[in-house]
Amino acid sequence: MSINWFKYSSPQTFFPLAGRLALVFGALAVAACAVGLYLGFFVAPTDAQQGESYRIIFIHVPAAWMSMFLYVAMAFWAGIGLAFNTRLSGMMASAIAPTGALFTFIALWTGSLWGKPTWGTWWVWDARLTSELILLFLYFGFMALQAAIDDPRRADKAGALLALVGVVNIPIIYFSVKWWNTLHQGASVSLTKSPTMATTMLTAMLIMTFGFWFYGIAAVMLRARCIMLERERGSEWAAQYARAAA
Amino acid sequence: MIWGSLDNFLAMGGYGLYVWGSYGVTLVVIAAELILLGRRKRSAVGRIG
Repeated sequence: MSINWFKYSSPQTFFPLAGRLALVFGALAVAACAVGLYLGFFVAPTDAQQGESYRIIFIHVPAAWMSMFLYVAMAFWAGIGLAFNTRLSGMMASAIAPTGALFTFIALWTGSLWGKPTWGTWWVWDARLTSELILLFLYFGFMALQAAIDDPRRADKAGALLALVGVVNIPIIYFSVKWWNTLHQGASVSLTKSPTMATTMLTAMLIMTFGFWFYGIAAVMLRARCIMLERERGSEWAAQYARAAA
Repeated sequence: MIWGSLDNFLAMGGYGLYVWGSYGVTLVVIAAELILLGRRKRSAVGRIG
């Protein structure tokens, strides 16, 4: 069976698909977060060392993972756009950036509120925290750079360069707890070792990760739709959609 | 119910400020993102017609 992958590479055909994806993944996000929060607050036991403060983990770790994953996705689309000059790729990269920044902010904020009771400080300039803060500035820099350039195609190209250069920060964030002596703990969950957490805690955290992931897809699809309408407002399909929506 | 009462649940073993401060702000920024997306969509549609 052959699939015509290029069918959805034009805004006109991708626009309705993005709308359906936003709905489906939005519903999945609500369901996953409901289950994840139930497990996290009503099934997972109290932590022997940290008491109830550890329950911040159910949003902190998923948000931190998403902050890195979305950056890679943004850089991927930016790179595709740069290499193949496809219209939609740049729009996808632009659509991902604010949601990536949102998850980065959540990771930093919840980390700070978790650090105070467990480490005794809201913030420390260790490698993990500092590189995650740099990630937030990379997202902001990408958005500011794109906003400063009027021509969207040139904005895409400039943003793509920044996004691709910034990718170097992702392995630095991930391995920072290994490469440097950080106050932030090492990974509790990795692909090579069995996790060092109670099963119910881990399950709740993984389900919340799916919830955040699905939310991220839904939000990015909604924003991609906005960007398509903005950039293609002179086109016939956009006019048709506006007439139908009015 | 592992908490016994709503008060215990809200207190989070003395960590209520930190736990609810995390969850509350997360909820607020996600709600804000969705509201902003709704506005952006309406204004985008408005500029077409």
